[in-house]
Amino acid sequence: MKIAIASGKGGTGKTFLSTNLAAFLSKTEKTALIDLDVEEPNSGLFILGENIHSEDIFRFSPEWDRTNCIMCGKCQSCCNFHAVLKVKDAIMVFPELCHSCYACSELCPTNSLPMKKYKIGVLNHYKFNELDFVEGRLDIGQEQAVPLISQTNDYTANRLQKVIGIYDCPPGTACPTVESVKDSDLVILVTEPTPFGLHDLKLIVKAMKQLGKKFVVVINRSGIGDDSVEDFCNSENIQIIAKIPNDRRIAEEYSIGNLVFDKFDFVRAELENIKAYILKAGGSI
Amino acid sequence: MKIAFTSTGNSWDSKIDPRFGRAEFIFIYDDETKNNDIVDNSGVSEHAHGAGPMTAQIVTEKKVDIIITGNGPGGNAARVIESSGIKVFTGAGDMTVKEAYDAYKKGNLTQS
Amino acid sequence: MKEIVVISGKGGTGKTSVTASFAYLSSANTVLADCDVDASDMHLLLKPELISSEDFFSSDLAVIDYDKCAGCGRCFEVCRFKAVSFELDKFKISDNNCEGCGYCANVCPSSAITLVKQNDGNLYISDTRLGKKLFHAELGPGAENSGKLVAKVKNNAKKYARENNLNIVLVDGSPGVGCPVISSLSGANFVVLVTEPTTSGIHDLSRVIQLVKKFHIKMGCVINKTDINYKASDGIKKMLVAENIPLLAELPYSDNFTHAMIKEVTVAEYDKGIRSMLQDAWDKINNLI
Repeated sequence: MKIAIASGKGGTGKTFLSTNLAAFLSKTEKTALIDLDVEEPNSGLFILGENIHSEDIFRFSPEWDRTNCIMCGKCQSCCNFHAVLKVKDAIMVFPELCHSCYACSELCPTNSLPMKKYKIGVLNHYKFNELDFVEGRLDIGQEQAVPLISQTNDYTANRLQKVIGIYDCPPGTACPTVESVKDSDLVILVTEPTPFGLHDLKLIVKAMKQLGKKFVVVINRSGIGDDSVEDFCNSENIQIIAKIPNDRRIAEEYSIGNLVFDKFDFVRAELENIKAYILKAGGSI
Repeated sequence: MKIAFTSTGNSWDSKIDPRFGRAEFIFIYDDETKNNDIVDNSGVSEHAHGAGPMTAQIVTEKKVDIIITGNGPGGNAARVIESSGIKVFTGAGDMTVKEAYDAYKKGNLTQS
Repeated sequence: MKEIVVISGKGGTGKTSVTASFAYLSSANTVLADCDVDASDMHLLLKPELISSEDFFSSDLAVIDYDKCAGCGRCFEVCRFKAVSFELDKFKISDNNCEGCGYCANVCPSSAITLVKQNDGNLYISDTRLGKKLFHAELGPGAENSGKLVAKVKNNAKKYARENNLNIVLVDGSPGVGCPVISSLSGANFVVLVTEPTTSGIHDLSRVIQLVKKFHIKMGCVINKTDINYKASDGIKKMLVAENIPLLAELPYSDNFTHAMIKEVTVAEYDKGIRSMLQDAWDKINNLI
């Protein structure tokens, strides 16, 4: 079962919820935590396990082989991302602009653009007590998060079956988030009861509806702001499955990298609510 | 010798555009024939990616010898420019095209 | 004209609250750009009045003309993004998966596929209650955030500043280290890093510092919520010293950030203490550039 934890606004508590929920669930259910926020993967700061697998992740981009090239320029004309250019007497490829569609490589009449591997990041798989934790980490300077998110998803789908998968997604509503929530059975949107929280929640709700995803809301830091988020959810018939109260002590524990589900009863109670919802929903998925 | 200036306008009094890839105009001056060739580069900015290399490609096709600009081309554009042997001079960011040309002649710009 | 960009690496550190406060404290000679186009919030504090709006066209989607389609399936064979499927006797292209590469259009023997530019969002120019113009945008949900929209917002703001002889372009950047952030950094004269003393905040800060160093731009740092964890704030300060990055301000963890937001004002207008710290920071920034 794939449960994606997403939000419109950054800093609402996705990682806080993902890590605590996954650790809590793993006490009784077979659970995996997957960090897809590959630009800034933070779950690993809270879940310290034994590294059981590590692999470099690659994209493929063409590399020019001048041996048989007739400089016809077909490669440049079929690249919609301007990643292949014919300049004077050479073909230049710009791997960071390449989207790996393989068009130039496969349409080249002389096979002069074979596809080559480029490292974009790293995937790590850890075991923390009963919890499997998989993290995708993008190399600094790499611009595209999507290929790494996609491969981290594939690795998890292949290696970890029959688990409840908690997927910590990137913030926002753009392509990295869209890629992260693909194939999810349920999306939990984490928000905060403030004007920024509400504004961004509306954006991600729109995105989820467009993608046809089933979603519910968790309000984090409940009590710091006003009721507008709750009013919005009620008026849109969006289910709020938990409200985690604002408490400075949580921020302090979080700041040191500690999980809090076993420290504060009121947090545990909300996680129980979420767990109950997930297990019930799991039956109907 | 053909000199290309990244420019915000199409005259000698126009301010230099400090960027390369998304420069609004490429103002090319041939100091032998004393002719100008002004390329409207705004179309390149319309593209999400690859502006640098595209502008560099235009400049190489025009057989330019020297580029004068503000900050200098980014990594991708620089690759194309280096491979064509074109020299780049930076530091003209706050000047007009005319002032940049004078600064170049006096050796006051930085060669990349 | 100087460009000051505020970024954070991690979301939720207070970047937009700080940027909006700088917008309030800066002289009239300033134009504002909200480049956090994925979730642009700064306008919520500035009572914007829309002056103009423009559609933003960026990505392409492949579209099949069924009058021409012969059902050969060549598009299905070449697509690397699982965007082509066969349903109810027809080959269909999924908008959500189509990458816009055009390979299918290139090879279709019946010329039945065209690439259509998509309206991926909107660009706005607004007047604000601060008397300064705000350039902002909203990316459509799920659209590719290529940095192009960020670049457009920034360039429109810069053009306006040049034409109106304004000194400062103040940019609210996006979280992360990917293409939108890289796009907002290009051309910046100074980068303000807003961080928090948590393991996540420090982790993301160091990644973002590495990124900004690649561009050789001057940096300064604001530590927000400093009293959450003094040990961690000290750790950040040591990192800043080692990297030669000046500390611009240390702000306390305060509910006033949220209270100000609800009242739709900047935190500098709401809290005198925070205001004076941010004023000092702003003065420092102006001296450094």
